[in-house]
Parts: sequence; structure tokens; C-alpha cells
Amino acid sequence: MTTLEFILGHYAYWLTLVLMMIGLYGMMMKRNLVKKLIGMTIFQVSIIIFYVAGAVKWGATEPILDNVDIEKVHHGMTQAISTAKYINPLPHTLMLTAIVVGVATTGVAFALVIMIYKRYKTLDEAVLLERMKKDNDSDN
Amino acid sequence: MTHKEDNPIITLVSRVVSPFIMIFALYVIFHGHYSPGGGFQGGTMLAAAVLLVRLGAGREISQLQFKKSWGMPLGSLGVLIYFGTGFVAMLLGGNFLNYEFLPLAGAANAVRGWGILFVEIGVGTAVMGILVAIYDDLLEGDPL
Amino acid sequence: MILTTNSPVLIPLLFLVFGLLIPLIAWKRNSLAWPTLMLVSTAAAAISIYNVFKVLSTGPVHYHLGNWVPPIGIEYVLDHLSVFVMVVINVVAFLVLIHAREIVGKEMPGKQAPYFATVSLMMAGFNGIVVTGDLFNLYVFLEISSLSLYGLIAIGERKSPVAAFRYLIMGTVAASFYLLGVGFLYMTTGSLNMADVKAILPSIIGQPTVLIALALMVLGMGIKMALFPLHGWLPDAYTYAPSTSSAIIAPTGTKVASYVMLRVMFFVFGVSYVAKTLPLAAMITWMAAIAIIYGSIMAIAQSEMKRMLAYSSVAQVGYIALGIGLANPFGLIGAVLHVLNHAVMKAGLFLVSGNLRFKLGHSNIFKLDNTVRKKMPWTMAAFTVGALSMVGLPPMAGFFSKWYLIRGAYSSPSWTGWVFIGVIFLSSLLNAVYFFRIIEKVYMKPLTASKNGANGHDHNDHHAAGHVVEAEVPRDEVSGSMLIPTLVLAVGLIVLGILNAFIVNGIIKYIIPAGM
Repeated sequence: MTTLEFILGHYAYWLTLVLMMIGLYGMMMKRNLVKKLIGMTIFQVSIIIFYVAGAVKWGATEPILDNVDIEKVHHGMTQAISTAKYINPLPHTLMLTAIVVGVATTGVAFALVIMIYKRYKTLDEAVLLERMKKDNDSDN
Repeated sequence: MTHKEDNPIITLVSRVVSPFIMIFALYVIFHGHYSPGGGFQGGTMLAAAVLLVRLGAGREISQLQFKKSWGMPLGSLGVLIYFGTGFVAMLLGGNFLNYEFLPLAGAANAVRGWGILFVEIGVGTAVMGILVAIYDDLLEGDPL
Repeated sequence: MILTTNSPVLIPLLFLVFGLLIPLIAWKRNSLAWPTLMLVSTAAAAISIYNVFKVLSTGPVHYHLGNWVPPIGIEYVLDHLSVFVMVVINVVAFLVLIHAREIVGKEMPGKQAPYFATVSLMMAGFNGIVVTGDLFNLYVFLEISSLSLYGLIAIGERKSPVAAFRYLIMGTVAASFYLLGVGFLYMTTGSLNMADVKAILPSIIGQPTVLIALALMVLGMGIKMALFPLHGWLPDAYTYAPSTSSAIIAPTGTKVASYVMLRVMFFVFGVSYVAKTLPLAAMITWMAAIAIIYGSIMAIAQSEMKRMLAYSSVAQVGYIALGIGLANPFGLIGAVLHVLNHAVMKAGLFLVSGNLRFKLGHSNIFKLDNTVRKKMPWTMAAFTVGALSMVGLPPMAGFFSKWYLIRGAYSSPSWTGWVFIGVIFLSSLLNAVYFFRIIEKVYMKPLTASKNGANGHDHNDHHAAGHVVEAEVPRDEVSGSMLIPTLVLAVGLIVLGILNAFIVNGIIKYIIPAGM
């Protein structure tokens, strides 16, 4: 396929890649601790988008049985339901769990950030490292 | 967030809207096994209803709706409901979380549906309790 | 009856439930937290030993959650590798938690209930990782254990929140890489069950998606395992954590991550793909060799005992990775045996440093003097046994795992095997340097200190009295509940060394996958 087709056809995966790189950039290059956390959250969100993008099928709709298929279930013909009409719901349920894990991680991270702020009175990484080194020198 | 005089519009709106959010959240929890929704989503909305009043009307008024000390026990209770369902199934002979063995009347498929409902209620309660507890603990020392 | 049929799922379940019950039980009386945790830990150790006998007699056990048949449902698998790692982490955690009662009371007074609840959640996570047979369930338990780890590390000294924050960022990135790898695997194979993926993979093995999935999962687990050069979080995290946290994380955390790497590389993707088609196993051996040398050299440069033990852990993880990367039977036996040996050795050494901190208030090497051998003789004896085992002197356990690794390196092709044998010998010498330095300071100098001696300025006494004075230093040993686990672990090293053939023939021989 041509290059343009390739880029436009896989746009979901390009989005995942761009978000992941933004997240990594934020974690590495930003000096404020809260901005590093935001980078980490963006990184996790990119993986969620990747899973959800992989669940889509051509011409499919949401995974709730419509009336025709409910009739088939009532008559016991569950094998006759065509799955190509509905998108894959499993990655969505997996990503629910991943979102909750992300929320819990953010909660723990913010508790740690508050602890660091109470002890060192700064949230800037360079200033923090300096103050920690002064701690070291006054200890020995 | 320092308000010496409370803004009456924000206070009123948050207090009025919060119960409706809770009702919608209950709807989302109870329809989780049959349509979009479920424990996590409903629990988050319940927590949002409580946090709206905490942010909009101030911490003292919000204690009347949901006390600060209720967060953690509610969270533990929710997870214990979840595990309780699984344990009851295990004690009555099946594997863990095999809802067929729950002591309820009805066809096997219907009992499985009830089992999922109990688990969703447990998860919703736990998520609500924990999210409100996180908010309260992080803002503990903050002078309003 | 219920206990025996449900035994695969009981251990993570009990730890999870009690992790929630401990804050409720200890609501009014803080001192009830430790006995509750000991109850669960004893039960877990007993069930894990029972599981070993069950698997040895009847073969691997598959347990379906909710009676849903895999690959639709989640299954828990007890095979030889998982019961082996499970019994190692549970028994070592049981011994460390006996030791924990007094030192947690001293270092974190009033916070026993949340601390022990977090420990219980962490053990639930580790046991869940080891026993599950589903790739996504592993991610969930991985995150449960990691979040508890961040909390356990952050309670310590002044610098501990920063160390915990750094570990949080790196650990979350690692788990996300693992999740992305699982995502790629799911999209190509359509299944999340480990055995199912293993059956489907040979038909699609040439695709680049499979290669990327393998690379991402190994990378994620490498960060969690602290394999060089991904070890940046480990020294600070182990040093600034409280004594019990270091003693319970160091033997278990990296071992569980290396178990996952073993499982994914050899049991899901297969030995031939990892070792022969791709040069992945060879790359891991080279990174491991550099890790061994780097860890040993950095450990020599440290002045604080916990930091030295942390860098030594980096080196020991290098041994395990070397065994995994060699991809032949002796290397794998060496790696799995070293999981057991290193867990016992590191737990004992960290408990010794905890005892020193409890009595002396510090564990700085240069401040230790020769009165310690009179004040705490049993503790220093346990330290000596641990040190000799780390160096690799027979009949202690450390010698035998290094022996199997050398044997495995010997059977690897071309000149690389000789390089690895040289690396193992060199690192044993370097280990001797930094351990014998402490032993020399404590044991080799004659006692010439004054009555309240903590300085050891010998020459003053010489000038004053004209001859060497053997001073009376009172015995100030730690109490029984802290001393007995230390001694049990030290004696255990000798016992494990003598019985190692029994262990290898009994369990480890069955772990070797087909095709190796």
C-alpha cells in the first residue's frame, strides 16, 4: 500500500505512539514532580487507547444484543449470533481494570509528593537533589 | 479554595445536583451486568456526588452528608462483600466465585446474574469509599 | 476438604482478606495487628508446603476460577516452578515477620496496623503473581504488589519518599511495558491464557508483532528485576526503607520478577525461539555478566551496610539472569537454586543489619568496632555464616548454585562460556573483599577498648596502662523474637547446602522445559 494509505490507515496506532512519547518526554525532561506524574498518566492513557483501538471491527456496532439476536437467545440458538456485528468487548473490560490501577497509582503518587513537600518544602527536582545532598553532608 | 464568604449559587447548585448524581450512579451500578455500566463506573460517580458537595459547599456542610470517618470502613466493607460472595460459593462446594452455588432460588443462569449483581454492589461501595477517603486524607492538614 | 481442593487460590485470597481485616481488628488496640498477620503468614507457609507435596505426588494442578473453562476463564496453575517459588517467598516472609514485631514497634510506633496491612497486601500480590496462569491477571497482581511496595518503602527515613517516588515512576513504566506486550500478544493470538498462547504461537512465530511483544515483556520484567542497566531504583529504595521493609522486599521482590521472566521466556514463547532464533538469551547473559561485576565493585565502595547489601543484590540478580540466559539445563537449575539461596541469604543479612540498627542505632560499617563481637555474638555469627555463603564456600548453600552456574557456562558454545566462568570467579573474590572487611573489623582485632568503649582508640590505652587491657563489654544481644529468625536463616543456609542434591533431584529437575 502507499505511504499515505499506511499512515492514515493506522492512525490509532500513531496516536498511541505520539502519546507514549509525550508521556516519556514529560517524565524525563520536566523538573517539577507533578509534571512528571502527569507524564506518567499520559503514558498509561496511551496504552489504554492502544487496547481500545485494537477492539474495533469494520462496520460493527456496540456489543449489546439487538432484538433479532435476543430472539435467537430465547429460542436457544446462541450459536447463530454473528459476532462480526459487535465489537470485541474484552479489551474494554481489561482497560477498566487498567484505568482503576492508574487511579490508585496516581493516589499513592500524590501522597508521596505531599510527603516530599512537607519535608523539603520544594517540588523542583534540582532544588530537591541539592537539599538532599546537604542532608547527606550534615549527617556525616 | 479559600472562601471567607460562601458563594450561595455554588453552594445551592452543588447541594441540589448531588442526589441526582447519586441516583444515576445507582442506576449505572445495577445495570452493570446487562448493559454498559458496572461497579467501577457507578462507584466513581457516587464518589463524584460526595466530592461535589465537599468542593462546592465547604467541608463542614459536607460532613452532614458523608462523614470523614466513613470512607475507609466503607471501602473495606465493599471489598469484603466481594470476597464474601466468592467465599460463600467456595464453602458451598464450588470453586471460588462460582455463583451457581449461592443459596438463592432460581435457574442456574439467573443465580449467576444475582451473583454478579452482589459483586458489582461490593465493588461500587468500595470504590466510592476509597476515592472519598483519598480526597480526605490528602487534604487533611489543609487549613480551609 | 474445602481447603485441599481450593488450595491454589487460598493463599492470595487469605492475604487479601486479612489485609482489609487488620485495620478493622486493630481499630482500638494497635497491638492486635501483629498476631493477626502472623496467623495469616503461618497459614500461608503451611499451605504452600502442602502444595509442594501435592504437586510432587499428583502432578500439576489446574484450578478454574468460577468454573469457567480456560481460555474463556482465568485459571490458576500449580506446577513445580510455581510451588517452588511460592514456598520460598512464604517461608522467608514468615521468618522475617517474626522478627518484625519489636523493630516495627521501635521504628514506627503507633503505625503497626496500617504497616502490617500493607505487608499483607504485598504478600497477596506476590503470591498471586506466582500462582496465576493468565497473563492479564498477572498484571493486576503485579500492580497490587507494586503499590504496596511503594507504601512500605516510603515510611522510612527522611529521604525515603524521594526513593519511593523514583521507584514509583520506574515501576509504573515497567508494568505499562508489560501490559503493552500482553496487548500485542492478545491481538495476534486472541487469547490471554498462558498455555493457550503457547499452543497458538508456533503458527505465527515469524511475525514482528510477536518479537515486539517478547521484547516489551522482557524489558518490563527487567526493570522490576533490577537487571543492569535498569537497576537505578534499587540502591536508594533498599537503603532508605525501614529495616523490616528491606528484609521482606529484598528476598522476594526481585525473585518474583525473575520468575515472571522465566515463565514468559521459556514456558510461553518457548526455548528455541528465545535462544536460537533470536539472540535474546545471549544478550541477557552479557547484561548479567556486567551486572555481576558492576554490583560487586559498587558494593566495595559503600560505607553503609544496607547500601552495600543493596548493590550486592544487583550482583546476585545478575547470577539469576545469567542462569536464565544460558538456556541450558544446568544454567536453569543454577538460576532456580540461586533464587532459593539468595532469598535465604539476603533475608538473614538484612535481619542482621536490622538487629544492629535496633541495638547500636546505626549500621555504618566504619563505625562498627570490635566491641560488637562481645555485645552481639550470635548476630555476628549469623552474619559470618551469611557472608561465607555469599562468597561461595562449601558446604554453605551459596557454593552449590554457583557450581551449577559454572557447569552451565561450561556447556555453552565457544569462548563466551569461559568469560562467564571468569566473571563468576572474579565476583566471588570481590564479594570476599567487602564481606571480609566487616568480619576483619569485628573479629580480627584484639579487645583493647575501655569500659564504655565505642571508639576503639587502642593507642591511648597503650600509653596509659602500658599493656593491652581485656575490657569487660556487657552482652547486649537482641531479644529472642528477633534473634531466633536470624539464627534459623543462618542455620538454614548450612542445611540447604548439605541437602541441595535432594532439592535438585526432588523438585528442580522437573522444572526444565521440553526442548532445552
